[in-house]
Amino acid sequence: MEHYTMNLNLKVWRQQNAAAKGGFKLYRVENISSEMSFLEMFDVLNEQLIHDGEDPITFDHDCREGICGSCSMYIDGKPHGPWQANTTCQLHMRAFKDGDTIVVEPWRADSFPVIKDLMVDRTAFDRIIQAGGYISVNTGNAVDGNSLPIPKDDADASFAAAMCIGCGACVAACKNSSAMLFVSAKVAHLALLPQGEPERRSRVLNMVAQMDKEGFGACTNTGACEATCPKEISLSNIARLNQEYTLASLTAK
Amino acid sequence: MLDAKIPAGTLDDKWTEYKGHCKLVNPANKRKLEIIIVGTGLAGASAAASLGELGYKVKAFCFQDSPRRAHSIAAQGGINAAKNYQNDGDSVFRLFYDTIKGGDYRSRESNVHRLSEVSASIIDQCVAQGVPFAREYGGLLSNRSFGGTQVQRTFYAAGQTGQQLLIGAYQALERQVALGNVKMYSRHEMLEIVKIDGKAQGIIARDLVSGKLERHFGHAVLLCSGGYGNVFYLSTNAMGSNVTAAWKAHKQGATFANPCFTQIHPTCIPVSGDHQSKLTLMSESLRNDGRIWVPKKQGDTRKASDIPEEERDYYLERRYPAFGNLVPRDVASRAAKERCDEGYGVGSSKQAVYLDFAAAIIRYGKIEVGKEGNDHATQEEIIQLGKDVVKEKYGNLFDMYEKITGENPYEIPMRIYPAVHYTMGGLWVDYELQTNVPGLYSLGEANFSDHGANRLGASALMQGLADGYFVIPYTIGNYLADEIYNKAVETDHPAFGSAEKEVSDRINRLMGIKGKQSVESFHKRLGKIMWEKCGMARNAQGLQEAIAEIQALKKEFWSDVRIPGNIAEMNPELDKANRVADFIELGELMCKDALNRNESCGGHFREEYQTPDGEALRDDKDYMYVAAWEYAGDSNWNLHKEPLNYEVIKPTQRNYK
Repeated sequence: MEHYTMNLNLKVWRQQNAAAKGGFKLYRVENISSEMSFLEMFDVLNEQLIHDGEDPITFDHDCREGICGSCSMYIDGKPHGPWQANTTCQLHMRAFKDGDTIVVEPWRADSFPVIKDLMVDRTAFDRIIQAGGYISVNTGNAVDGNSLPIPKDDADASFAAAMCIGCGACVAACKNSSAMLFVSAKVAHLALLPQGEPERRSRVLNMVAQMDKEGFGACTNTGACEATCPKEISLSNIARLNQEYTLASLTAK
Repeated sequence: MLDAKIPAGTLDDKWTEYKGHCKLVNPANKRKLEIIIVGTGLAGASAAASLGELGYKVKAFCFQDSPRRAHSIAAQGGINAAKNYQNDGDSVFRLFYDTIKGGDYRSRESNVHRLSEVSASIIDQCVAQGVPFAREYGGLLSNRSFGGTQVQRTFYAAGQTGQQLLIGAYQALERQVALGNVKMYSRHEMLEIVKIDGKAQGIIARDLVSGKLERHFGHAVLLCSGGYGNVFYLSTNAMGSNVTAAWKAHKQGATFANPCFTQIHPTCIPVSGDHQSKLTLMSESLRNDGRIWVPKKQGDTRKASDIPEEERDYYLERRYPAFGNLVPRDVASRAAKERCDEGYGVGSSKQAVYLDFAAAIIRYGKIEVGKEGNDHATQEEIIQLGKDVVKEKYGNLFDMYEKITGENPYEIPMRIYPAVHYTMGGLWVDYELQTNVPGLYSLGEANFSDHGANRLGASALMQGLADGYFVIPYTIGNYLADEIYNKAVETDHPAFGSAEKEVSDRINRLMGIKGKQSVESFHKRLGKIMWEKCGMARNAQGLQEAIAEIQALKKEFWSDVRIPGNIAEMNPELDKANRVADFIELGELMCKDALNRNESCGGHFREEYQTPDGEALRDDKDYMYVAAWEYAGDSNWNLHKEPLNYEVIKPTQRNYK
């Protein structure tokens, strides 16, 4: 791989806190290596800002290996930036070239209020899980793990849905700020397993009710969520959610 | 001073006996007892969920925006359990033995045996929660092998086992939040332990969004705050992983055990430049199928594909024929360092070795064409089918490698190099996971208990969940049974006031320095000292130099650090400054501990103490003890020794040949 360095213009959203009015600010970074990650480029910018006596840019990040779901930058109009199936922390600077101007914003959704700069509050997702995203089993009650065989295809499909990292890119990508992909991934993960069966109906009804209560928008099957999801969670989960929801509504006591 | 409280009786019976006789708390009293849990990784989330289910009033704290983001989530390869589903000779004793041996005979027999005993229940519990483990076509759970063992006992969910286990524990935790048994405080950082009458009775936490300090009472405090690998700056830990909670406990009297025992993981993506912020692990499970090699010729600059088979040195297979590429982590890491130090390293930095899947791709490809009965398959067909199999097994890891390096590991061998990954040392705890401060417990990586001087792969997840699901629910009752007579202390108690003042004074002092150098620059310098002088190989002279350098760095930090912004707002630089200040102090203790331990064992390799063929040389006569350090003021510690008694296993020199 050929390495190169570049100079870039950054247009970054700055906002002091949830109540303050935000706005874009322009920055210039120089000698950025194509081997750096996008967040490392931000580290360089922040060091520069600290050196110049300015307030560094606040953003969420933690594992920096694409699995914790913390990082959340809306880069050039796309959550997590230009690469497919990728998180911001795994985006590397070889995606850009010398002289580029990059626009960086926080997730934009009423249900994800800005805390500061590029950092948003995603606790709505936790509350949706609290509404039913689990199997009610206390520690110590379990039977042997192999006592209930699960067809490999079901286990694999369940795993594919369970890979969701809860980053919220699906919401940020959606013109309606819908959380359907996130909710459907959890509903599918648990509905596909026999262990999830007893609470299958109450789970989907309660999670959807909480999703609505949090103010997320409706789904219009645009598919921007699937296209942007770093873990490639499939839109077919939403179809499954609708099926589960309809069945549960019709048979609700 | 240190009583490990190991129950009497034979090793097999200790835990059963303990559970049969420990004190219980009745349900009506549980409702009155409050427990504080700091950290929501596997240990913290599983403890919070289990204790909430039992009826205790739990408050859980994490610095991330959600408990689901704790760094347990990044564990890739798997979780061990002595299920013997493969009928390959596994048993509780084997897992116990492998863990003790893997730890180079520096862990407690009783704790490790209990870990092995409860391991099977962890898998059952996780399956019941809906953790989608990998399965065979018959619908049963699949296993794979991991380093340091000769059986297949590792359960996994592709390369995302930690994620799936954490999501399981997180969901159990959120269920308890919904039921009102657990109150969750995310974006909160614990900054002090509050002690009343010598017992831990609460914490001071900082709300990271508002910057406000909060007082929280608890009849007991559980620290599940993970390891301290970030003392090296570059490690596979998350950026936020820190020692602060454990360090505050240490300064309040909890002894810190074996701080120098750090694990350097052999298969990480090499450093690419000085901008690098963290290192990324490539799961050890890759060593099942990847072969590690360097060129036989020093300074060979040819591309990997241009180096013929006979000019490659598969040095692990050469040195350790019995275990080959599956030797334990410490052994594999040192062997890689040895080759690179001798000038056989590859890549532009020469600080890397190859991890090559070409042979595995062909082997799997041949099996696939064999299944199809295709006797005339071309080499291309074989390779294509083989790649599909490898993709199924390790696809996400290969993708991650390609994203970071820009190279396609299906075509050219991965370049890997060891990196700091895990810390075996931690807060000293007894059999009940209680530190020497009454009411203060430590679980998971934050404690020192189970892995001795080197942890085996797929054992961290096991320990975190064992501690949280199956150990603490029993042992905490034994303490809290006597606390039912003590009412909750109001947080206007003077002890809370003085602890809060301590914290706010320190924050004010940090903000008041207004120096010239960033927090990050200090952290980098600390990391460099630690990696060079207290890393994969250590010697007395280097360690003495490191101690002096760290002391000087500490002075400089406290007189010249620059923290922008204000206290009463979201201020990540301030959060980081608090953590780095603690890392600097810890770094000094690690060097002291490494200097004290005049032997080599597991991850602790003192160059002065090695066998003629370069293996670690233990000194069981003088160092078969846990080194527990008591804080005694600035740069000053007292050493307490907990002798390790091996009643069942006879320590020998580890042999993986």
